[in-house]
Amino acid sequence: MSEQAISSSLSIGRTELEDFLYEEAALLDKWQLVQWLTLFVEGAKYWVPPAGSADDVDPATTLFYIADDYFRLTERVKRLGKKTAHVEFPKSKLRHLVTNVRILGGNDDLFEATSNFVTYRSKSGATETYLGHHLYDLCVLDGEIKILKKTSIIDTDNINEQGKVSIII
Amino acid sequence: MSSVKAETIVEPFIIENESKAIFRVNRRVFVDEEIRQREIRHIFDTCWIYIGHESELPNPGDFLTRKVGGRELIFVRSKDNVVRSFFNTCPHRGAMVCREKHGNDKMFMCMYHAWSFDLAGKLISRPEGERYHADNSGGLHDLAPVANLDSYRGLYFVNFDPNAVDLNTYLAGAKEYIDLTIDQSEFGMEIVGGVQEYGFEANWKLLVENSCDGYHGGPTHATYFDYLMARPGQLSDPGTKVNLPRDLGNGHAVIEYGGPWGRPVAKPVDAWGEQGKVDCAELLAKLEARFDKEYAHRIAYHNFNMSIFPNLVINNIMAITFRTFYPEAANKQHVRAWALAPKEESEIMRERRLYNFLEFLGPGGLATPDDCEALKMCQKGYQNAAFAGWNDISKGMGENQQRNTDEEQMRVFWREWDRRMSGAAL
Repeated sequence: MSEQAISSSLSIGRTELEDFLYEEAALLDKWQLVQWLTLFVEGAKYWVPPAGSADDVDPATTLFYIADDYFRLTERVKRLGKKTAHVEFPKSKLRHLVTNVRILGGNDDLFEATSNFVTYRSKSGATETYLGHHLYDLCVLDGEIKILKKTSIIDTDNINEQGKVSIII
Repeated sequence: MSSVKAETIVEPFIIENESKAIFRVNRRVFVDEEIRQREIRHIFDTCWIYIGHESELPNPGDFLTRKVGGRELIFVRSKDNVVRSFFNTCPHRGAMVCREKHGNDKMFMCMYHAWSFDLAGKLISRPEGERYHADNSGGLHDLAPVANLDSYRGLYFVNFDPNAVDLNTYLAGAKEYIDLTIDQSEFGMEIVGGVQEYGFEANWKLLVENSCDGYHGGPTHATYFDYLMARPGQLSDPGTKVNLPRDLGNGHAVIEYGGPWGRPVAKPVDAWGEQGKVDCAELLAKLEARFDKEYAHRIAYHNFNMSIFPNLVINNIMAITFRTFYPEAANKQHVRAWALAPKEESEIMRERRLYNFLEFLGPGGLATPDDCEALKMCQKGYQNAAFAGWNDISKGMGENQQRNTDEEQMRVFWREWDRRMSGAAL
């Protein structure tokens, strides 16, 4: 095989990706957001479009809930570590369920993957449920999976019952 | 007389004593279901309620369905280019005749018995129509229109009361600030890509207070200001020293002030780079060519948070948001929020605008969720209303100079709310 062919192949399979996504979910469940941020490459993006959006939705033309560049994602993580992030103080209890993991194609430089999710957030006697699917742009860097872009699409009509996206869903 | 039994609501809703600088609001007004029922009759069924923006219906045949003031409505641009609003209910047996959120069509057809209506609401066909007497409907076989629909500078409002004053009179001093918002654009403003719909467990009036509350910024939004200061160049000189709460009449109020953040029309921050300065200078020059300098600078530099009685908030800050909300219950509200922008805005400026919007506003912003949390905590606190029964809204009373961190703008709302709840019309 030529060098070019090697670099354009994907060196991980679904099992490795599942391990990665379960580890990500565990970090979020434990509120270990600083560690969670290390799963992203510098310059990565984190998007949460309005509930019920199509997969090709674009924050340049649509009003999202979250359209973070890497700077703001870093600041979001810092904020959620503070007592003055009132909505998440005291911290809510979280449980992230991840299923239906699929690699959609690509190579080590860039590959796309998707998963379905149900995330439970419990605080002050109420439990909210977010359900939807994640879209990932990923790469394999020095043998490790890293996130280039994560889009979390909430597959309900609105968020009248949840009221906010104050956690990483 | 209303169906509310007079003896069940005995305490005053509000206590105001000018000379003693006392202004108190009875906490029952946030928790009492009878009071909410009275609000529906005396406020939401008689005031002008925002339904939508003209840019949401650009073409004949465009329609959207929306719950407005607690009523399921159709908002449509008919084939004759007239904007209309109907109650979304079939005159036959009552089913909602339109079930899509928005679209473009030639007619509405009820799914139940296939009665069909043109976009002006007229019945155009129904199966076995010959079995009906042609003359017996008295117009009741058409879609029922709302009593009043009118617009100001592209903002459409409905009013369910046939005896209501006209919209122009109703809006009073709020028109000046709608003008300041719409005059940003030479070619008209537009709603940007959709709506944020969310709900939370707090009485709707708490969001009126919060939306024009200059006092809570520091404590509630500490992390937002941390964020602004985290990167050099996200702050710039406010460009104005104005700091002014104003009573705009009829229960509408505003706070007008300078702010440190960038404004896409037309106050740059260093984070936007040299190009941002060039872009803003160009926008400012265009404003100065269209208006006198003072007004142009007011458009460019002045922030304001305005509440139009009862439930429309226009915040013209680091971006522009329209926000409406409605009490689904005394302790629960549903919110709709939009972003507004000039139609001719450049791609890069639109990007800065939406970036600005999301850093503060909305359910995933770095600030709004903390507001909602604060209001939820108020609502929970009001479970103690029987023993700790009054809110204090007196800040700044008796002072010569009112500030936007005082509470006069909220007192303006509460006086009108109290007056209307006693059954008075405008």
